[in-house]
This record gives sequence, structure tokens and C-alpha cells, in this order.
Amino acid sequence: MKAALNRLTERAAEEGLLDVAYTTADSPFGPLLLASTPRGLVRVGLPNQDAEQLLGDLAERVSPRVLEAPAQLDRVRRELDLYFEGKLTDFDLPLDWRLSRDFRRRVLRAIARIPYGQTRSYTEMARRAGNERAVRAAGSACGSNPIPLVVPCHRVLRTGGALGGYGGGLPMKEGLLRLEGVLES
Amino acid sequence: MSDLPPFQTLIDEHAGEVMAVLRGAVGRGDADDCFQETFLAALRAYPKLTDAANLRGWLITIAHHKAIDHHRAGGRRPLPVADIDEAGGAKDDTRLLGAASDSGVWEAVGALPPKQRAAVTLRYASDLPHAEIAAALGCSPEAARRSLHEGLKRLRKELA
Repeated sequence: MKAALNRLTERAAEEGLLDVAYTTADSPFGPLLLASTPRGLVRVGLPNQDAEQLLGDLAERVSPRVLEAPAQLDRVRRELDLYFEGKLTDFDLPLDWRLSRDFRRRVLRAIARIPYGQTRSYTEMARRAGNERAVRAAGSACGSNPIPLVVPCHRVLRTGGALGGYGGGLPMKEGLLRLEGVLES
Repeated sequence: MSDLPPFQTLIDEHAGEVMAVLRGAVGRGDADDCFQETFLAALRAYPKLTDAANLRGWLITIAHHKAIDHHRAGGRRPLPVADIDEAGGAKDDTRLLGAASDSGVWEAVGALPPKQRAAVTLRYASDLPHAEIAAALGCSPEAARRSLHEGLKRLRKELA
């Protein structure tokens, strides 16, 4: 049965029927859900997020052709493993931005350019996205980041250095900043 | 957009049953290919499906179409009548087919006309009630009952 299912996902990918491929991956913070489309990585679910709900959301917003297909996410998993081991500072992955729009997407694209081991303020992200006064909106763009870790919203802090929030919970944000040497371990 | 669940849930919940139905309908050797064809066809059609109320029935209907295609492509050859000594005494139909895990009976089922075969397989391999068989075959419950009855009659005769 397993062989039959593997063959099925392979053929689905070949025939262009695999709109959303997903798998789970271990991380030091717990299991991650990784999902990609033919365009690139579209969603990273953090350990405290409900995987079933995320998959339902992808079915609704991207396509119901959602299949568990670990092989499609090998490269993503490899880069994340290296990142958590401290051996990779820049992800080199194609991203599919379709789950964010307009101002939010501009904020997230700006966040994607924050270098490893550095932090920025929500105000600065708002300014880079073209509206300095939309600090709150920039904050909520971070909060709704569909591709956390790879789009490093954990590098955005409050002006003055307070941590702000994190979709994966504050201990995870602290852990990531410690990993990157921003906070002392 | 739609209320369709992720396709993976259909696989998780129904792949085993689809495979069992196909093994009954086309035999173990060809079930794998029909299984691929069934799920690829389902995947192709899935985003446009308007009614997600009976996904199981929908998949099993596709499986039956694929099994029928398979038999047509191979030419419907009459299969050798099975040796059913062990089930010979069974009066009860459920036991007739239920006890007959031996492939001979399923080969005889495989040689039935498509509707009868589908009705028999759905009833005894998938344990569907008449109403669901009717839904899967796209006919009335009476017609489903009739196909099942005719199929069993023929089987009894062939296997007697």
C-alpha cells in the first residue's frame, strides 16, 4: 500500500496535479508543517499551530489538491536543519507569496531582507513597506506571516528592544534570537 | 472557494477500501494500476466537485468505472468457474462471499456484467447499504437491489 501511495504522489507531481505538497519536519522547538506549491514554499506551520487547520486553510485558499509528499520538500527540510544547527545563515529557497497581499506582502518582503543575526523595529518595517505610520499594520503583518523562520519575522522587535510578539510563542522567538547570537545564551 | 477537505484526507480515510474494492473487481495483479488511475482521476476532478457530502461513494464510483474500463480494455473474457467446495453449503449470501477469501469467487464476480459486479462488490467488499450502492452506481435503490439480486443469482449458478 505504501508503494502504491508513493507512486501516486510521484505521478500526481508529474502530471501537474500536486498543487500543494506538505510534510512535517522536526525542529528543536517541535514539529513544523512545511507546504509548497510548484512556485515555492508557501506555508510554514510552527509547533504551536494546528496542522489540520493549516491544511484546511491551504485547501481553501490555494487548492484542495493537497497531498502529503515529503520528497517535494527535501530541500526546504535540509536548509532548515542546517539553520537550526547554526550552519546556515541565508535561505536559498523559492517562495510563493500568494497568501499575503499588498501592504502585508511588502512588509514581509522587507523582513525577508533582514540579515541573519540582526534585528529591526516594527516602525522601520512599516517605513520600508511605504507607510511609516502604519506600525500597527506592520505588526499584524508579522503576526500573520505565512512563512515564518524563512521570512524571519522573529528579527523584528519593538522600538527600544522589547521582544514584541511571535506566532510560535515568545520562548521560540527568544530561542531563535539566541541561536542567531542576538540574545546571549 | 469551497468546503473541500485536503485531498490527503480522502487518501487517509478511503485508500484501503478503494484498494480492497479493486482487488475484488479486477484481481490483485491489476488492482495497483486501477488504484493509480482511480486516484489520479479523482485528483483531476476534485477542485470542481460541487458536493462533498459523500466523498467515499464518489471515490468508489470512480474505482468501479476504472475497473469496468480495465475489463473492457482486456476484453471481457469468461473466467474459469471457481472451486467453492468450502462455501458450497452456505445458504446465506454474506457467508457465501464473506467466507470466500479464496480468489476464485472474486474471479467469478469479476466476470459478471459491470452493474451486477459493481453491486455485488459494493455490497460485500465494501459493506455498503442498498441506498449507497444506488448512489454510487447512479441508479435507483430498486435498480441497485435488482442488479445485486441478478448478480448473486448468476454467481450461485456459476459456482454451484
